[in-house]
Amino acid sequence: MTPVAPLNVEALRKDFPLLTRTVHDRPIVYLDSASSALQPRVVIDAMARYYETTHANVHRGVYATAEESTHLYEHARIVVGRFIGAPDPATEIVFAKNTTEALNLVAHTWGRANLKAGDRILLSEMEHHSNIVPWLMLAEEADLEVRYIPVDGDGRLDLTDLEHLLDGVKLVGISAMSNVLGTINPLAAIADAAHKAGAVVVADGAQLVPHAPIDVTTLGADFLAFSGHKMMGPTGIGVLWGRSELLHAMPPFLGGGGMILDVKLDSFRSAPPPARFEAGTPPIAEAVGLTEAVQYLSDIGMDRIREHEFALTGHALARLDEKLGGDCNVFGPPAGPDRGGVMSIAYRDIHAHDLAQVLDQFGVCVRPGHHCAKPLMRKLGVQATARASLSLFSDEHDIEVLIEGLVEAGRLFG
Amino acid sequence: MADLEELYREIILDHYRSPRNRGELESPPAHRVEGFNPLCGDEVVLSMVVENGTLSDVKIAGSGCSISQSSASLMSSAVKGKTVAEVHQLIHTFKGMMSIHEAMLGQDGEVVDEEPEPIDFDKLGELAALQGVVKFPVRIKCATLSWNALAQGLEEVAAEAS
Repeated sequence: MTPVAPLNVEALRKDFPLLTRTVHDRPIVYLDSASSALQPRVVIDAMARYYETTHANVHRGVYATAEESTHLYEHARIVVGRFIGAPDPATEIVFAKNTTEALNLVAHTWGRANLKAGDRILLSEMEHHSNIVPWLMLAEEADLEVRYIPVDGDGRLDLTDLEHLLDGVKLVGISAMSNVLGTINPLAAIADAAHKAGAVVVADGAQLVPHAPIDVTTLGADFLAFSGHKMMGPTGIGVLWGRSELLHAMPPFLGGGGMILDVKLDSFRSAPPPARFEAGTPPIAEAVGLTEAVQYLSDIGMDRIREHEFALTGHALARLDEKLGGDCNVFGPPAGPDRGGVMSIAYRDIHAHDLAQVLDQFGVCVRPGHHCAKPLMRKLGVQATARASLSLFSDEHDIEVLIEGLVEAGRLFG
Repeated sequence: MADLEELYREIILDHYRSPRNRGELESPPAHRVEGFNPLCGDEVVLSMVVENGTLSDVKIAGSGCSISQSSASLMSSAVKGKTVAEVHQLIHTFKGMMSIHEAMLGQDGEVVDEEPEPIDFDKLGELAALQGVVKFPVRIKCATLSWNALAQGLEEVAAEAS
């Protein structure tokens, strides 16, 4: 990586009101950003200011606040689109509820229109349920075959059989970064092979987009889904980016107001994208918050955020090994350019829920469980892990408290 | 860490490390029932034999956290050899202990609208060790997993018999 200026984490931490609170009389140590990120004050303020000064429904009224509201909502598209290098943000950025809904949107519209009995879908074993279940539902409905790229012993995708796996495949669904292993997948190479085989590629960007620079013109994917709340925006808004020509050829998703050109008693004509996929009053305040979050991340610099989390992941893995040794197993590849700041921990044979319970007493927030990736957990041979995930505000002290909590769990469960 | 010590009492850790009545019984004749906690992946498999109105044998399989597994182990020790009526009474008492705070917290499960009836801790015996769980609402589902499976199993056995 090219050298970038390090983050001033101590100063950045002051931007997050939630980091000032205590839990069980200890300062909060938030290591669950892979689940949901915290919001900087600017995001919270922007949403409050919107409600206090501007709120009106979009695309309807002609009064001043309605115009302003519409402008803010459409401006969010532009800001989010530029953030990921979208060539035509005004058309290509569709707002959904979250990553899950964005992926379901692709399955329901592109999938239903383009996949027929006998067609194949290729996913990976490390997908989140949100990039498996919508396709299984569609497969059941349309009699499709679902295949999986296997995960190897290091927690990377095993691509040796990729060409063979791609035979007859019309759609490839791949996570840009695993929410369990932290693996950053070689999306461009997979997409290249997929395109040669005539398949369309949908990427689950929920974990990567908030933590690394993204440019959809080189990413390789034809669709990219991600969530606002994982990138320091509010809950309730997610994003689907799609290639313009694909979006134009897709039927609508939900039916209702806002997604039509005309409605008669026996028929309707859909609006062009992105409105075609946004029935009903959209998440307006959330779009305002997301705009601010994207601005916040951009001002810091995604390359600097990635570099900070990359270095801290390496430090954390080394410290866990140094202090806990073979008792502590962190799944996924070793620290490196294809490893994000997600650490799924197994410690001795202590169940993840018990680990997380003890860590909570230290103020440490980690996520125990299967992380909505049960097929992957089966492959790893574990029921649950305790996942610690990093953010731009995470620091070495957070890792020390995590280790302190794990040691206490070890003592308690002897 | 006082709350933690209260949650993870020695008797709970003991049942977690050395679970009682571990295993499965051939089914049939035994009745088999599974309980899952989809949120955390805890699972419990209960094999039970009801003869002449008595729960004559019970075995526990499955895996999960210390609370779900120790609760299942404690439960198996408490209910084995009891009459079905006594087991129902114990389920009621145990779930009463677990639901003390649930109405207040608006959690799923048994909602206690009126003043909860006093818990007869003597009747619960070793099971009273699990009372620390109510301070950790998310873990209540872990503690009640095997008990819900047991209640379901008894219902199914009764339905088959009638």
